[in-house]
Amino acid sequence: MSDGTMDRVAKATPRRVARKIRGLSDRAIAWIFVAPTIFLLLAINIFPLIWTIQLSFTNYRANRIGREVKNIGFRNYERILTDSDIWLNMQATAHFLFWTIFFQVLIGFTLAYLINKNFRGSPFWTTVIVLPMMLSPAVVGNFWKFLYQPQIGLFNYIVSFFTGKDPSSFEMLGQVNLAPWSIVIVDTWMWTPFVMLICLAGLRSIPDYIYEAAEIDRASKLRQFFTITIPMVLPFLMLAVLFRGIENFKMFDLVVQLTGGGPGSTTELTSINLKREAFEKWRTGYASAYAIILFVTVFGLASIYVKALNKVKER
Amino acid sequence: MSAHAINAPTNRQKWVAGTLVIVYALVTMIPLAWIMLTGFKSPADAISYPPKVVFEPTLEGYVNLFTTRTRQTQEFLDANPPENWADEIVRQYDMVIVGPSKFGERFLNSVIIGFGSTFLSVFLGTLAAYAFSRFKIPLADDLLFFILSTRMMPPIAVAIPIFLMYRNLGLSDTHLGMILLYTAVNISLAVWLLKGFIDEIPREYEEAALIDGYTRFQAFYKVVLPQAATGIASTAIFCLIFAWNEYAFAVLLTTANAQTAPPFIPTIIGIGGLDWPAIAAGVTIFLLPVMIFTILLRKHLLRGITFGAVRK
Repeated sequence: MSDGTMDRVAKATPRRVARKIRGLSDRAIAWIFVAPTIFLLLAINIFPLIWTIQLSFTNYRANRIGREVKNIGFRNYERILTDSDIWLNMQATAHFLFWTIFFQVLIGFTLAYLINKNFRGSPFWTTVIVLPMMLSPAVVGNFWKFLYQPQIGLFNYIVSFFTGKDPSSFEMLGQVNLAPWSIVIVDTWMWTPFVMLICLAGLRSIPDYIYEAAEIDRASKLRQFFTITIPMVLPFLMLAVLFRGIENFKMFDLVVQLTGGGPGSTTELTSINLKREAFEKWRTGYASAYAIILFVTVFGLASIYVKALNKVKER
Repeated sequence: MSAHAINAPTNRQKWVAGTLVIVYALVTMIPLAWIMLTGFKSPADAISYPPKVVFEPTLEGYVNLFTTRTRQTQEFLDANPPENWADEIVRQYDMVIVGPSKFGERFLNSVIIGFGSTFLSVFLGTLAAYAFSRFKIPLADDLLFFILSTRMMPPIAVAIPIFLMYRNLGLSDTHLGMILLYTAVNISLAVWLLKGFIDEIPREYEEAALIDGYTRFQAFYKVVLPQAATGIASTAIFCLIFAWNEYAFAVLLTTANAQTAPPFIPTIIGIGGLDWPAIAAGVTIFLLPVMIFTILLRKHLLRGITFGAVRK
């Protein structure tokens, strides 16, 4: 199909232009091919980033056009880093990050280990398990809100069915002690398959002969698991954790739909807090500084982590 | 027993593993199945206690999703008999259908922006990936890492200046603006994935073509492109799914004209609060295409979600 169209395009191209294109050196072609991508990223990613840096040193407010913009140096940064509320948001984010990764690694690895036994129908069930992670996080958050409704929600009903508690006696999204766990549950439901898939790839990359050699050396199954399986899967597992870590640090859509940051600010992750500052309170300069702090944090943590990952890989 | 089978799982192990995995799969499907069922419930059934598994199915949710309705007096209802089945469903609440809802428009926006940005990112991505794969580009590794790093920024962090920039350029709440934005987000994925796919195509094919008198361009589109077709297709599906699912930029940068479905669905209101069957119907219609794509993609899934880092 592409041949036909391309030929027609080639025929329709005036000869002079065609000769020009043909005459291009590999080097020129390379630049022509790469340039649009780089240009687009510069325009829509790097330019905004530089603009954010510039705004972060001002008291600019995007909803007040015409107001004098003053350069206030590092004041925004100082205010953010000394604000105790923001540290609470950071704590909420850390809680969310730690527990989602903990459960996803635990369940994801177990599932991968079981699927790797290659029982009959395992490809089919793998596809079924994978479905949640491809869905829109905002829409997932939205319908889990329905499941979490006290009294009428299916989640409360199932919990009460197994524990005998009154289904209207607890509110997953409305109680300060439960809300942080409600978002952990949904994120785990959605993203465990991601960790599972990567672990599965890791398990499948272990050649059989290593186990055979261990068998000949009469290493016990348990020992094989800890000295072969775990170390060989570790780089894969660490990669999965890296992806989940970055994604969940940026988490916005799922949680904003589920709890909107509430009750109070118990589930107000940094991204949600940032959105409030930038698009509800319109403290553009302040929010820009906040954005830069978050970006530097992710980038810094991720680079340290990648170094560790490379060390594990080399071993 | 042959040497190969030493570590092969026994039948009993397989049975246990299979049972556990199937139980997990079924449990994990409950929320999805429940929301799809809710789409076929009446509002009363949707919020009944205990939750109803067996109920009389109705298309009320779907009718409410696609239409706007008003309450009418008994005389009016008596004078104008229902025109079709949808009207008939609405009549039980003394209402009549007065027009389409915004859902159709929002869904169409999702389609336009999704396909537009997918086309652009795959087009630009293929060119860039080919160049990175075949030519010596100075600082290629740094450029590739730069392309990837743009994905680490929290969307809200870039949203502030993009909001200002779009306001100045008149791109706020336009299809073009959203297409460009999603292309910029997707292109890192497209370049990384496609580079992996193109790397796997042996260079010898092109070299043979070049010797046969093909130009670089011809070699690219007559030899490399057809070979990379599967890779391009799966990359396209990944880009499409991302654009389809995106919420943060959509909710901040669009309000009406170019608003996509994800920010719209949660705002569907019925009589006395959220209209859960209509929301469930919207969710179902919105999620189905992605589920179908996931099934089609299952062989390349791993590659797509790890930016080509794990290829299996």
